[in-house]
Amino acid sequence: MVRVIVCIKQAMDVSQIKVDTATRRLITVDAPKKLSDFDKNALEEAVRLKEKLGGEVVTLTLGPEDAKTTIREALAMGADKAYIASDPAFEGGDTVATSYVLAEAVKKIGAFDLILCGEASIDSFSALVGPRLADRLGLPLVMYVKKLTLEGDTATVERNLEDSEEIVKVKTPALFTVTKELNEPRIPNLMAIMKASKKEIVMWKAADLNLSAEKVGEAGSAIRIVSVLAPKVERKKVKITGQSASEMAENLAKALIQDGVVKQVKM
Amino acid sequence: MSEHHGVWVYSEKTDLMLEMLTKATELAGKLKTETGALLIGSDVKATADQLASSGADKVYIVDNPALKGFNAETYLSALAAAVKERKPEIILFGSTRKGRELAARLATRLEVGCVPDCTNLGLDEQGRLVSERVVYGGSASASHVFVIKPQIACVPSRTFERHPPTEKKGEVVDLGIGQFDASKTETVEVKPLEAGGGKLDEAKVVIVGGRGIEKKEDFKILESLSYALGGQVGYTRPLAEDRKWFKGDWIGLSGIKIKPVLYIGAGISGVIQHVAGIRDSQVIVAINKDEQAPIFEMADYIVVGDLYEIIPALEAALKKLLAPS
Repeated sequence: MVRVIVCIKQAMDVSQIKVDTATRRLITVDAPKKLSDFDKNALEEAVRLKEKLGGEVVTLTLGPEDAKTTIREALAMGADKAYIASDPAFEGGDTVATSYVLAEAVKKIGAFDLILCGEASIDSFSALVGPRLADRLGLPLVMYVKKLTLEGDTATVERNLEDSEEIVKVKTPALFTVTKELNEPRIPNLMAIMKASKKEIVMWKAADLNLSAEKVGEAGSAIRIVSVLAPKVERKKVKITGQSASEMAENLAKALIQDGVVKQVKM
Repeated sequence: MSEHHGVWVYSEKTDLMLEMLTKATELAGKLKTETGALLIGSDVKATADQLASSGADKVYIVDNPALKGFNAETYLSALAAAVKERKPEIILFGSTRKGRELAARLATRLEVGCVPDCTNLGLDEQGRLVSERVVYGGSASASHVFVIKPQIACVPSRTFERHPPTEKKGEVVDLGIGQFDASKTETVEVKPLEAGGGKLDEAKVVIVGGRGIEKKEDFKILESLSYALGGQVGYTRPLAEDRKWFKGDWIGLSGIKIKPVLYIGAGISGVIQHVAGIRDSQVIVAINKDEQAPIFEMADYIVVGDLYEIIPALEAALKKLLAPS
């Protein structure tokens, strides 16, 4: 039997974000939300562990109340129960505040073998909440896990660092952040989607978790946003023309030589 | 007045420390404070001397046989002890996978902020650290200001130029820290990866293959052009992950970020995650059969065509045009 808590985030679908070209501001109001990509890998792994060993998979989210719709997808993928910490007081929180709320929620959820998080969320991509949560809970941590096996209370994981590949053994309970290489997340079928609508979503407010007001939201944050702007794109966008591939290639070669980016070639 | 003083750098990679010392020197100058390099490990004297003559006013060392070989918990306890004792106001961490873990966990222990993968750093009028980083999969750059000290920021390699050697020599200070936390994890095997990561982010020319490459063997046409230009070949995340052609790091937001003089993308559609890794290239050439490929929106030269024809023809054309007469 294994009990896994999977931290999942309702993220902005970054491929759908539009930019107001005049002001370089992002138009995020109507950008669609989705379950963050790597969180699905974390969830898939948890569900596979449960299918093999028996037990329970619960998800934990900090987000607005409308995150429920997104979280239903996680329940359809095989999670048994979802917890959402949602309170207007949490708004504007950075990773210090977010990890505090999640840590208190984990304590309330109770005993577990593993906490799994995606390597980073697709929208802010900070990769901070996983390690912060592990440290708050005093758990062993391995980040960037791409292979996971669990035998009794020992997990063996593989991960890539930039210049090496490591195999690490850890006693549970432990927290891992996982990469996309770990598995291929399932796409729930209609039956699973229907079953998910009957599963329980528990909503917790700040008061349900006995949180200190000065440690959540903007008050509990160590950084403030100054601006979020689209980068300036100053590219030439010159279309290379030609009747044939070799003519186009020659025109491109001339342009690169003229720009001074190709000065010599090895014959 | 804050009790925090000094701009520190820390990385398990000496090269990154030397690069961050350039920024640290600039920030410390404006703040009228000192730069400090923190060095954790075993037998660190030689590296300490190098840092002391490359812009570090102080090199703080935690030198102990127990620190031979990196371990997150052990190193973290040394870091936390050093920071609590000396109270720097800014700590720059080298943004490697190891460095980001340490930065995140140190920030948690101190209940302070941390900004990963900074593309630039500055100060506001109150002398607070202002960081810039790419968010939303590359569609925006976010600027943050820190409101609590110490202020922790992670800096990827090659963000700043390496600090030149100085005549002035900084002071090496042994912090005498000798108590470390035991590891909570057991590393049973470490295999070095043969990825060209280190070379890729230094290459002047990078030719990158994407989904448009049909077979792994076809990379030889990219390699041939790359050899001619004295460059390096890279690949996108799907070729490493979905097709499992390569191990190690791909080019993109979650992998290696490059800034070559010339980038040539072959058969790359240009998903925003990839684009975020090539944005700082000087000249971007995109070759794709699909006229609608998003990468064309950020290319200097747009080639709508078959990479299997264009790449060899480009190599031939450059050789013809640049042949020694």
